[in-house]
Amino acid sequence: MKMNRRTALKLGAASTAALAAPSIVVASDMVKIGAVAPKTGPLAGGATVTQWPNIALWANQVNAKGGLMVDGGQKMVEVIEYDDQTNPGETIKAVQRLATQDNADFIVAPYGTGLNIAAAPLFDRYNYPHLAVSAITDQIEDLSSQFGGMFFLLGSTTAFVQGVVDVLQGMQAEGSLTGNKVAMVNVADAFGIELATAARPLFEAAGFEIVYDTSYPLGTQDLSPVMKAAKAAEPNAFVAWSYPPDTFGLTEQAIIEDLQVEAYYTAVATCFPAFGGRFGAAANGILGAGGVNPDSDKFKAYAAAHMEVTGNAPDGWASATTYASLQVLEQSIAAVGMDREAVVEHVKASTFDTVLGDMNFNANNANERFWTVGQWQNGVYQGVAETGREGAKPVMVKQGWA
Amino acid sequence: MDIIIIGLLLGGTYSLIAMGLNLQYGVARIMNLANGEMLVAGGFTAFWFYTAGNISPLLTIFIVAPLAFAINWLIYRIMLEPLVRRAKNRGQLEVDSILATFGMSFIAVGLMLAFFGGDYFNYSFLAVPVTLMGETYAQNRVVAFLAAVVICAILYAWITFSRPGLSLRALSVSPESARLVGINVRQRAAIAFALGGAITAVGGALISSFLTLDASAGVAFTLKALIIVIMGGVGDVRGTIIAALLLGVVETLVASLIDPGLTLAAAYALFILVLLFRPQGLFGRKPT
Repeated sequence: MKMNRRTALKLGAASTAALAAPSIVVASDMVKIGAVAPKTGPLAGGATVTQWPNIALWANQVNAKGGLMVDGGQKMVEVIEYDDQTNPGETIKAVQRLATQDNADFIVAPYGTGLNIAAAPLFDRYNYPHLAVSAITDQIEDLSSQFGGMFFLLGSTTAFVQGVVDVLQGMQAEGSLTGNKVAMVNVADAFGIELATAARPLFEAAGFEIVYDTSYPLGTQDLSPVMKAAKAAEPNAFVAWSYPPDTFGLTEQAIIEDLQVEAYYTAVATCFPAFGGRFGAAANGILGAGGVNPDSDKFKAYAAAHMEVTGNAPDGWASATTYASLQVLEQSIAAVGMDREAVVEHVKASTFDTVLGDMNFNANNANERFWTVGQWQNGVYQGVAETGREGAKPVMVKQGWA
Repeated sequence: MDIIIIGLLLGGTYSLIAMGLNLQYGVARIMNLANGEMLVAGGFTAFWFYTAGNISPLLTIFIVAPLAFAINWLIYRIMLEPLVRRAKNRGQLEVDSILATFGMSFIAVGLMLAFFGGDYFNYSFLAVPVTLMGETYAQNRVVAFLAAVVICAILYAWITFSRPGLSLRALSVSPESARLVGINVRQRAAIAFALGGAITAVGGALISSFLTLDASAGVAFTLKALIIVIMGGVGDVRGTIIAALLLGVVETLVASLIDPGLTLAAAYALFILVLLFRPQGLFGRKPT
């Protein structure tokens, strides 16, 4: 019943800048879970696919089971949602509000690297465990030493780029990548710049020659000059550190220009179900950021529940990891109760059974076993490179766009 | 040569984005900051018809146009006319309408989130190469460009040669005097606003065939439209078309010959140059 009222409020929630929390009295046997992520702004499209449905799915499943296990009993969860408009200032305000006004028991990590880092000091001040998923950075060591309760589930920038380099090297070794020329483009945004900067030395160290290297502004409406120039450089592999709209835009231009490469990689949103739906057979062989093992029983059960509860399929990367972060929280609360500091200590020390398989954290609070690269293979987004996950498929060579 | 053609194609897209705002700002005197949301709504409608019924966006525009016209007419009559009546001078109306439509843009984003969700949406329509003079271009962009040409030509002819068009021009030049010569200012302004909204929504429907949109994407288009309208000269159809094409060609030249990272910088540099040397816009009249 509470969830229905929340759904009804969504319209208002979305249209007002920072919605005020409903001022009803909540029974004390509810566990209040705060959630702050974009519903509007540049990252809203990604958060709508990856973040919000998993929070809804998890809350739905927990309550269907009778609630969270807390100190031997069960408590229902109530989710309090805020839209941060993809604005770090709003993220901070919302976390503050959740901590001080709503008295949230736990807060789900925000969405996006910048927004997570913006909120980290507040999570730390109020001792909330901060299980950051959609935050890829090379600053993991610094951040976790500064903010003891901050965890990283999705991997680091360098590991991420290394995954791509390894996939291309593997293709060279097999003979399916017949040259060493790489065309590399990136979106001129923190994410794209950081990945491109990390990629240049790694590609060179692996013996690749970057024959085209450029950036384009976020929100570029015509990527055909980029793709024409990339094609003119005659690369063997094309790599784009891209965001969702340009992941779609570049791929459309690649089809129109008939870019002939043996490996084609775009970053964020390649793993979205909408990408496969949009490009159909042309998507076959396209490499993308992150992956999953869609054939594991756990993932299958998760994907089916995701479909049933939210009406959409999960993406092939951070969706499952977002859900896993909530499983970690759930299992930790079951083990040590509602004391947030005890939960942080428990997360550091334990191994959790998640949809991705077993998950634990190293001395820097980082999950070391994650997927780095996936690929569309015959209509399914398959993980092809990982750092310790099972079920990676062999890489296919990209054969045309038909 | 192919750079010029790509630039013109992009410019055609830009003129679709900006033409509606030009009518709304130039004639109805409403600086409509919710313009981009209307564009995205048009795109959503095209997306919906295409995915649900496989109806081509080229047909959808005939549904989108009257619908958007009606909605914008109502918006003007209900929301904006009280502002027009209350405003003592043009400056006050500008401030009021900016505030009102800024608020409206949030409501529009919220409504679109509620109806369509926050997901990215796009679809494959004519995403095939077409060869012109030995170079390949995306067919959907060429089609959108041709549609832009047709729309701009009809609009220009209508405004220049027809009697209602004449009254719109009169309104654009001087609303006070227009009333003196028997023009129904309230009605004409509402029509201009509604027409502007309809053109924007049609532009959105066409653009959605090659751009990935989401409910929050509108503001980027509003900004672009604003630049083009100011650059071209407020209230002048020719100016908007020329400015849009110019912007498209300059952006593409910079992207192809210098660096794609500098397209935004080039666009704003052009904007600054126009503002410095022709503050009234390329075809604008000097303020009296």
